[in-house]
Amino acid sequence: MDELSLYVLDITMNSVRAGATEISITLCEEGDWLDFTVSDNGCGMTEEQVQRLSDPFFTTRKTRKVGLGIPFLTMLAEMTGGYVRITSVHESVSEKHGTVTCARFGKNHIDFIPLGDMIETVKVLIQGSPNVNFTYLHQTEAGNVSLSCAELREILEDVPLNEPEILAWIGDNLREQYLALSQK
Amino acid sequence: MKSLEELKAIKAKMQDKVNLRTSSAQTRIVVGMATCGIAAGARPVLGAFVEGINEAGLGDEVIVTQTGCIGICQYEPVVEVYKGDEKVTYVKMSADRAKEVIEKHIKGGQVVAEYTIGEATK
Repeated sequence: MDELSLYVLDITMNSVRAGATEISITLCEEGDWLDFTVSDNGCGMTEEQVQRLSDPFFTTRKTRKVGLGIPFLTMLAEMTGGYVRITSVHESVSEKHGTVTCARFGKNHIDFIPLGDMIETVKVLIQGSPNVNFTYLHQTEAGNVSLSCAELREILEDVPLNEPEILAWIGDNLREQYLALSQK
Repeated sequence: MKSLEELKAIKAKMQDKVNLRTSSAQTRIVVGMATCGIAAGARPVLGAFVEGINEAGLGDEVIVTQTGCIGICQYEPVVEVYKGDEKVTYVKMSADRAKEVIEKHIKGGQVVAEYTIGEATK
């Protein structure tokens, strides 16, 4: 994968498959670092599952025998001097279950890859899971870009968020927010 | 700025046709969006289908959805097209191939044989 935004998409898909209804994606760029955090209220993982996450031969899926999402992300983060930290509470343990994935990347490291198209990532996520409340926040030194599906839903009521016209609006809205930042 | 007022206008325009849409859809396009699919380039493929179907005005008859890994990672990006009783599996897709599939298969009813899994495994 040659864009960080694809890693964000891949990691967030884990939250979707964990049955989460609330997923927040936060990117924070400060100094030499880019941190992203994906947190969800999905079913969570057991301690054993969390421990085995970096093992590529561990996966819960049944269609193939390897799980490369987390190992890929960890490799990239560590190559740039960063890290990946995952904490999770399984639904059998507490009512407040869910998973938080934090990844840190050294932005100026030679092995850092471009962030790429976060707008497409957000659109793909909403297209595939129109009922999930995604919250997107990208903090940069020039200012923030944000989107809240819950807020959009208040306006849209029963019109699904993945209608093409709505997705186009979401894309344009984010694009204009990014443009405003770049002009500062 | 793309304002919330604009969003409200879109909503007002759409409200009536939405219910109709989900019940009358005849064709389903399913794009694999697991790690294997994403790494192989599924994101622009999905985008091309969503935009292409909308631009062709086929939103009422065709739904574009996502799925996880179906186990043939070496052929990703994989796209399955369900039309009536028929299912066609397209492999090693790209945004350009997606446009071609919309044009020939979805609109024209002709399967694009060269992109199907049957052809790729020959």
